[in-house]
Amino acid sequence: MLVLSRKINESIIIGDDIEIVIVEMKNDQVKLGIKAPRSIPVHRSEVYEEIQLENKKASENQNKLTGLGNLFNKIKNNKKD
Amino acid sequence: MKIQTTRFGNIEINKDEIIYFEDGILGFEDIKKYVIFEMEDSNPLMWMQAVNEPSLAFVIIRPFEFRKNYTLNLSDKDTEELELESAQNTDIFSIVVVPDDPSKMTANLQGPIVINTKKNIGRQVISTNSKHKLKHYIIKEMQEKKEHDQRGQ
Repeated sequence: MLVLSRKINESIIIGDDIEIVIVEMKNDQVKLGIKAPRSIPVHRSEVYEEIQLENKKASENQNKLTGLGNLFNKIKNNKKD
Repeated sequence: MKIQTTRFGNIEINKDEIIYFEDGILGFEDIKKYVIFEMEDSNPLMWMQAVNEPSLAFVIIRPFEFRKNYTLNLSDKDTEELELESAQNTDIFSIVVVPDDPSKMTANLQGPIVINTKKNIGRQVISTNSKHKLKHYIIKEMQEKKEHDQRGQ
């Protein structure tokens, strides 16, 4: 992995059109500014992991869900128990 | 054609119902073909069943069923991958986690499933809207939506 030292307002360029600027440093947090074309998706890396985990959880449901329609009918019909 | 499923036994599907996910979905990248169907008595929940993986199926729901004013912005990359020319041929679903107490089921709006219904291409995208969370309590939001809709009448 390439490691570079940068100061506030300094930046690095990746390829022709991606620039990452160090905007702010406070305590143990760094704020980054990212300039990239709209076609390049930029996300915090945890987001992918969290969605993966959530997908896994969703796939573990073995229930057929028969009868769950009632839960929704109650709301639609505004019935109170 | 017939496909095998763990939950529903053998089911008959039409080949042109198969939705192709080039990148799979996150955590299941190798599984590319799914079919979506409704089950009696669980509306508005639906199922997204893997065609070649009998035990893999997800419960899904359309976000507008429980969410007021739901909109989703797609990145250029997503639009391109989905080969979307207009918003007209899109369908959006959210994957649902059903816990032991089904009234606490949650929908994931951070990683919705978008489908090009004309070309049967699907993709799990990542929403850039910070209001779209991993867990939305469907029943609770549905109640709020209903109350909101009623006030508007």
